[in-house]
This record gives sequence, structure tokens and C-alpha cells, in this order.
Amino acid sequence: MKVEQISIFIENKSGRLAEITRILGEAGINIRALSLADTSDFGILRLIVNEVEKAKAVLKDKGFTVSKTEVVAVEVPDQPGGLSIILQALDRDNTNVEYMYAFVERCGGNAVIIFRFDETDKAIATLTANNFNILAGERLYSM
Amino acid sequence: MANYFNEEFETLPRAALEALQLKRLQSTVARVYANVPFYKQSFDAVGIKPEDIKSLADLQRLPFTTKQNMRDSYPYGLFAASMDEIVRIHASSGTTGKPTVVGYTQKDIEIWSELMARSFMAAGAHKGDIIHNAYGYGLFTGGLGAHYGAEKLGASVIPISGGNTKRQIMIMQDFGSTVLTCTPSYSLYLAEEAAAEGVDIKSSKLRVGIFGAEPWSEAMRGEIEANLGLDAIDIYGLSEIMGPGVAIECIEEKHGLHIWEDHFLPEIINPETGQLVAEGEKGELVITTITKQGIPLIRYRTRDITSISYAPCACGRSHGRIARMSGRSDDMLIIRGVNVFPSQIESILVRVEGVEPHYLLIVDRKDNLDTLEVQVEVNEGIFSDEIKVLQTLSRQIEKEIKDMLGVTCTVKLVEPKTIQRSEGKAQRVKDNRKL
Repeated sequence: MKVEQISIFIENKSGRLAEITRILGEAGINIRALSLADTSDFGILRLIVNEVEKAKAVLKDKGFTVSKTEVVAVEVPDQPGGLSIILQALDRDNTNVEYMYAFVERCGGNAVIIFRFDETDKAIATLTANNFNILAGERLYSM
Repeated sequence: MANYFNEEFETLPRAALEALQLKRLQSTVARVYANVPFYKQSFDAVGIKPEDIKSLADLQRLPFTTKQNMRDSYPYGLFAASMDEIVRIHASSGTTGKPTVVGYTQKDIEIWSELMARSFMAAGAHKGDIIHNAYGYGLFTGGLGAHYGAEKLGASVIPISGGNTKRQIMIMQDFGSTVLTCTPSYSLYLAEEAAAEGVDIKSSKLRVGIFGAEPWSEAMRGEIEANLGLDAIDIYGLSEIMGPGVAIECIEEKHGLHIWEDHFLPEIINPETGQLVAEGEKGELVITTITKQGIPLIRYRTRDITSISYAPCACGRSHGRIARMSGRSDDMLIIRGVNVFPSQIESILVRVEGVEPHYLLIVDRKDNLDTLEVQVEVNEGIFSDEIKVLQTLSRQIEKEIKDMLGVTCTVKLVEPKTIQRSEGKAQRVKDNRKL
């Protein structure tokens, strides 16, 4: 039910994103989704890739600080209010969203949103109880 | 107008001064041997008895005292007087979070006041002056040391302490301050803030500034004198020895700081070998206190790099002059008058992060104020995929450093291997201040 995401610490200086994407490209790793959070001094690049362990290894090898986090990929009806229904269900159960970002590919007619929760298992229970479709990692990596 | 606070002692001919020094050294050595177990042990270890000190040259046979010795005897272990006799306690920041503690008897306070009063006069201040004392009051010796000296001199002292610069500027104008005592960098900050307020500080009544507690340069003197319209005088002191007023430039020459040799015996040594260097040669300043009662120190290693000259001075004082401090023989940094050792920051980082981090301290001077940036490499132990976790960490480190050391800093998180390693050992400090 959970998806593995890798996060990379990057300083706000030119060429860092180019460097990371070059390293992953040369290792034959495909980026499936990404999000970049930044402050004035540093940023955190979050990636869903097709080969998590390999991506982590090549980046660490090049001196980057990399961590692995479990996130949840949820199908969202591609229509007005689609995301809102999910967020309302989570809110009713007091589940916090730490951050979220959209997946590049669509799943059938639906959009896919990646969620990072503070309590992942509780969030999955809430989403399942409300009949939302959660995508497994293997499916996502190969989409 | 008299130029000396204590003409007899300030101009004592060298032969008489040296005879006095020997007498006082002998009595100090006897005092610490009898009252301080640390000194009894260290003298016994090299086989020296107090009666073996027959000339000033015999001082070199005595072992050194270091800041570490003071830490090891925290808080009162090196006191040579009973607590009944101690009337004041000061402390300076320490590397392990524990400060270095010093105690003063009533007589120590009187001598300190006199030496500070002498220093004021040497700098061109006198009775009738209004002394704006912007050194911090508290455990730090700067504020109270200058305060007691100003009162001893018979001047009017404004105990304004540090901070609240706008109010300082107002009071300085309204009260008619004629003498300013603070760190050199704060004086420039004051001038800048005054200009921003539309106040022309050059046309104020300020005539003399006595600046110390941090390293500065001739270039900075020029800038201060131009921006504040006063004579800028360098003062030296350290809490271990007494506080401010150990040595001072005279306004006649502004060339080297007279060290009050009837109370302190200076030596300049090679910090590697511990041997004396020749007159005029650079080395580490070592001071023996020869009149202190509370905590007399034998051959205290100040770690400050200077040289000494006994050449006659235009002011007529017979006391030797030490050159403006040109550095440290250890890695201590002086940031806005606060002593900071990289190891102190390191221990805070270890505590906050739970691991030994790679870090770099970047010291700079912006708008005439020292700045400290702490670069910390983000390793897997502290990394999080959430921005707020990393920002909280930065703020926590900043707060701990402020709380523990009293220095404001900014923490910058950097990628691993950003900080240069040389021969496997990381460089910890980059001091970009142009002094």
C-alpha cells in the first residue's frame, strides 16, 4: 500500500538539480514523479523513481545525503472537487498531510496524488474505509 | 593638569620597579604555595620552593598556569583567599559550558579600580569627564571594571551597559558624554546608527574612546577616529588576570600598551617551546600577577600573541609596552567581545544532533559588527524529507549557541563534503574579518 520515495538534500546553488538528474540518467533510472521544496538556503528534492535502491546508492555514492520515506499514492477523480473529497475524509479523522504533489502519469481517467502523512497507517485506514483507491508501489514505478 | 593617576608608581625608575616586582613576586609565590594545593603540587613536581625565587629570572623556573588548570579547579580551586575575604566573583565563558571563575578580595577590587583609573588617565580622561560605559555589566568583567575605575578617577560614570543603541545615542547627547568605553566594533555601529538617526556624532562632546575586549587594527582606529571624532585608545585585559586595565595605550604615543608592571609581570614566550623570546620579538603573552589575593596566577598563558618593548615612552611611564594583539596561539575566536572556542560550538552540535557533525565557522564583519555563520553538513542522521524539521533544527542550534555562549549566529545547512578537509582533518574556522 505504501510507496517508497527518496529525498535528497540540496543547497540552493546553481547546477545541483542538473547534477542529480544527470547521475540518475546515467544510471538508467527513470524519474516517475518529483517535488522540490525550497527555502532561501536549501531545498529538498523528493523523487519517485523506478529503481529506489539503485537510485539511493548512486546518489549516496556521489556524496548526496539521501533518505527513504514511505508515502501514499492515491487515485483522485479528475473532476472539480475530486481532491477536496479526499482531504475532507482525512480531516474528519484528524490526519495531517505533511506535503503532497501530483504524479506525472494518469491512472485510467484519474489523476494520482502522492501524500506524505505524519501517521501513514492511520491515513491508509481512513482512505481505504472511504473507498479511495491506493496505488501499490510496483504499479506506480512501472506506470 | 596632571597626566598620571599615581605618578610615583607609574614613573618608577626601572631598577626600583624591578626591586618591587621581585619582592611582590616572592610574596605571591609564598602565598600560593601555602594556600593553593594546585601550586604546591606543581612547584613540588619541579622541585622548587618559594625561597628558591631569588631574582626575577627565577620566574622562568616556575611552571605555567593554563586555562585548562582553571577549568579543572572549577569553581574555586585556585582561590588563595578564603571565601570570607572574597567580595566579588566574575566569570568568563568556558569551552565546556562551565565558565572560568575568578574571585576578588576588597584589596583586589581597590587595585583593579586604581589600575583602571590609571588607564583612564593614560588615555586622556580625567576627573570631570562624563564616562559613557557601554561595556556589558554582569559576570563579564568589562562593565564593572571600567565602572569602578571611572569612579576611582572621580569622573561621572553612566552605567549604560550594552544594547539599545538608539537610547545610547540619545543619552550620549543629552548627558554630554565625553568618554566612550565599549568594544571597537560597537563604537562604529553607534556612529552608523547615529548617522541613520540624523545625529552627527562627530559634533558631540565625545573626546576619547577606550576600546577593548576584541581584536582590532590600526586601520580600524583610523576609521573610528574619523567617524566618531575622538581619540581611539586600545585597552587590554582578561578576567583571569583581573579584567580591563591590565594594559593601556597612552594618548601621547598610541603606540603599544603600557602593562602595569608593579602588579603584573609580563613575559613573551615561544608558544611551542615555552622559552622566552627576545625583546621586540613576537610570541605569547604570559602574565604573573604579583599583588592579587583572591586568585593569584603564576605564569598564566594568555594565548594572546604580542611583543614587548621597554623603550622609553613620551608619556614618561616606565612600564613596558606590549604591541597590539595580533592573534591567538590557540583557536579561540573573539566575536563581538565574546570568547568563543570552536570546541564549544562542536559540543552544542553534538548535543543537538546526537552525532559529531562536520561544521565550519565563518566569522565576518558586516556593517562593523562581527557576524558568525555556522555551516553544518547535513548527514543522514539529521536529514528529513520535511522542510520544517530541518528549519527547526537550524533554529534550535542557533538558540543553543545564543543561550550557551551569548553569541548570535546563523546556521546554514550545507551538503556533505562541502566543507574542505585538509589531511583528513576538517578546517573549522574561516575568519574573514579584515582587521
